[in-house]
Amino acid sequence: MDLKKRVEQCLGPNNFVVAMIECQGDLSVEVPKRSVVDVMRLLRDTSGLGFDFLSDLLGVDNLDLNKPKKKPKKKTEEGEGAETEEEPKDKGPVSPRYEVVYLLLCLERNERLQVKVRVEESDMEVDTLTPVWKAADWPEREVFDMFGIRFKGHPNLKRLLMWDDFPAYPLRKDYPLEGQGEERHLNYDD
Amino acid sequence: MATEAYNGGGWIATKLEWLINWGRKRSPWPLPYGTACCGIEMMCALAAGYDMARFGAERPSFSPRQADVLIQAGTITLKMAPAFKRVYDQMAEPRCVISMGACACSGGVFRTYSTLQGIDKLVPVDIYIPGCPPRPEALLQALLMFIEKTEKSQPITHKKHSDLLVGT
Amino acid sequence: MKVNQNPTPQTSHDTGDYVTVNIGPSHPAMHGTLRVIALTDGESLIKVDPEIGYLHRGVEKLGESLTYHQFIPITDRLNYCSAIPNNVSYEMAVEKLMGVEVPEKAQLIRVIMMELARIADHQVCIGILGVDLGAFTPFFYLIIQREEIYEIFEWFNGARLTNTFGRIGGVDADLPDDFEQRWEELKPGVRKANDETEKLLTHNRIWMDRTIGISAFSAEDALNWGFTGPCLRACGVKRDLRIDEPYCMYDKFKFEVPVGKNGDVFDRYIVRMIEMEESIKIIDQAYKRYKEMPADAPLMARVPKVIKPPAGEVYSALESPNGELGFFVKSDGSAKPYRIRIRPPCYMIYQAFPELVEGELIADLVACLSSLNVIAGELDR
Repeated sequence: MDLKKRVEQCLGPNNFVVAMIECQGDLSVEVPKRSVVDVMRLLRDTSGLGFDFLSDLLGVDNLDLNKPKKKPKKKTEEGEGAETEEEPKDKGPVSPRYEVVYLLLCLERNERLQVKVRVEESDMEVDTLTPVWKAADWPEREVFDMFGIRFKGHPNLKRLLMWDDFPAYPLRKDYPLEGQGEERHLNYDD
Repeated sequence: MATEAYNGGGWIATKLEWLINWGRKRSPWPLPYGTACCGIEMMCALAAGYDMARFGAERPSFSPRQADVLIQAGTITLKMAPAFKRVYDQMAEPRCVISMGACACSGGVFRTYSTLQGIDKLVPVDIYIPGCPPRPEALLQALLMFIEKTEKSQPITHKKHSDLLVGT
Repeated sequence: MKVNQNPTPQTSHDTGDYVTVNIGPSHPAMHGTLRVIALTDGESLIKVDPEIGYLHRGVEKLGESLTYHQFIPITDRLNYCSAIPNNVSYEMAVEKLMGVEVPEKAQLIRVIMMELARIADHQVCIGILGVDLGAFTPFFYLIIQREEIYEIFEWFNGARLTNTFGRIGGVDADLPDDFEQRWEELKPGVRKANDETEKLLTHNRIWMDRTIGISAFSAEDALNWGFTGPCLRACGVKRDLRIDEPYCMYDKFKFEVPVGKNGDVFDRYIVRMIEMEESIKIIDQAYKRYKEMPADAPLMARVPKVIKPPAGEVYSALESPNGELGFFVKSDGSAKPYRIRIRPPCYMIYQAFPELVEGELIADLVACLSSLNVIAGELDR
């Protein structure tokens, strides 16, 4: 049976499927945030699916997804009085703003699945997946470090790539690439 | 004759300096501070193909107290910067810093929130080697420049090694 | 970073006197910028806490402000011991997003270059494993052959280490005419260096004592932690993306995938030695197939000058020398990627490090770390 139908059959009954998208052969299923651990257990334990390997875990910030892209002005032959083009309409900010994407793999059938969870700016907490797969340990710490999304129940939720006192969340779209002048200061005792 | 030594010049002082420089230039012990891709090219320079050991850099000293040259090969991030500064501070004079690679010279390709835009913001650099990564021959040339500089230094008549300009 | 000072005693002769030892980030055995805070009872390790991020250069954020082509040189700097699989993995992800099919000749050239990079990566990994354990000689033998491989890279790509190989849609140039002669000269050299390394190490009493049984890991634990690549194969799991999810015509080539038993340092070393030999076989088969292709076969698919993939997100992975190197690319329809996520193989492997070295000695920590081939450029990005 098609992967899409199998996933629908497994997750559909409990209303776990919010949306399903296919892109160039990659299937992506969005599930509600509060039931992510149950969904993962179902996907792992149901025969016919058997997604038993967590390949990766990442965060995405959708703040600028609907931002209008400026088109370069076309040069007119006369070179005077450039016509104004219609600005593409701003569809408004995407809400919820953040996403946590889980990339799963079925070792037996070599099938991949993306599971997405949307996180609102007002409630940035997701249940941790470490009881299901230990592989979620550092990726969740990195998502916390880069976006500020907390994982409830994580054994050691600290910053991973930046230093502990770093004051911001770098991969958010409103944080500038060159930083805001943060520096690390350590005082040595000697 | 001997008292002239402390005012600059004097036969004994200059001959003694020549002897000290001869000893120092023949054994520049590097501290290979390799963090990123340039570290691999530095490794190739230390290995059999390009062989830095024939210039006296036989013993890569990871202990800063016993090293003469700190070869910074690779990006220094803001998280790493205090550790790097601490290693530099622990080195004994006369010391020299070679900044190998674009990332060490100026941040390189990585103009981002977490990369130090050049180690000369933290420590005084003597020799810059551009390249991403520079060839091992470029590192050997830098070592030869260090040797030239040591030949011309004046450890007795000048108090500070770092007073001298590169290339003079 | 404080390690728990009152853990459950693990050794039978536990004195209760624990010392916290900080190893790194500037340390000869720490492969660049890794830091390990170890709670030890004498020499044996009670608990180990690795700290990373000392080479975090913000690559993923940098990718969001560059165009798709401009990001290819940045991918070189991830796993800098073998830059070509990084380039090809990223290019494959963007090609998948655009729905572009790469022509056969370009795929064969990609295979040849990727396998050469695999040999080079394993050479440096085994060489450094020897250096960390005190065996200096194999490092010099292997590095001489690695320099020969660098000559081929430089002659084809223009750079020894940071190759920036290939373009989105194929490769930019054909293999020059005397590749066959160069390869036939290089092959016996690589085999000879491998033989000499085996003679020096594999049945060496000291080597066996220092590597057999150290940080043995079971297959279940390895899969739970997300291991891929030689470290997973050493644990006994036959998993290789070149066979399980073939890409770039790997399904047309015959080669073995070595699998270990115990998952210890010795198995990882043996798996890498055998993989080098298998890579030589793959290059021979790929070049033979390449010679049968017409001289004017296309090298690039038809892609627009300014790459603007349709909005969407894909994940594409390939088998790099360290394991599954994947790129998650999300596009919003513009000329710059919206989000790039790099799935580094050694990231998943290194997070299991505390479990791998629990109960071992400090010297075994060095051996284990070296055998995992943790490359900080890839780990921290």
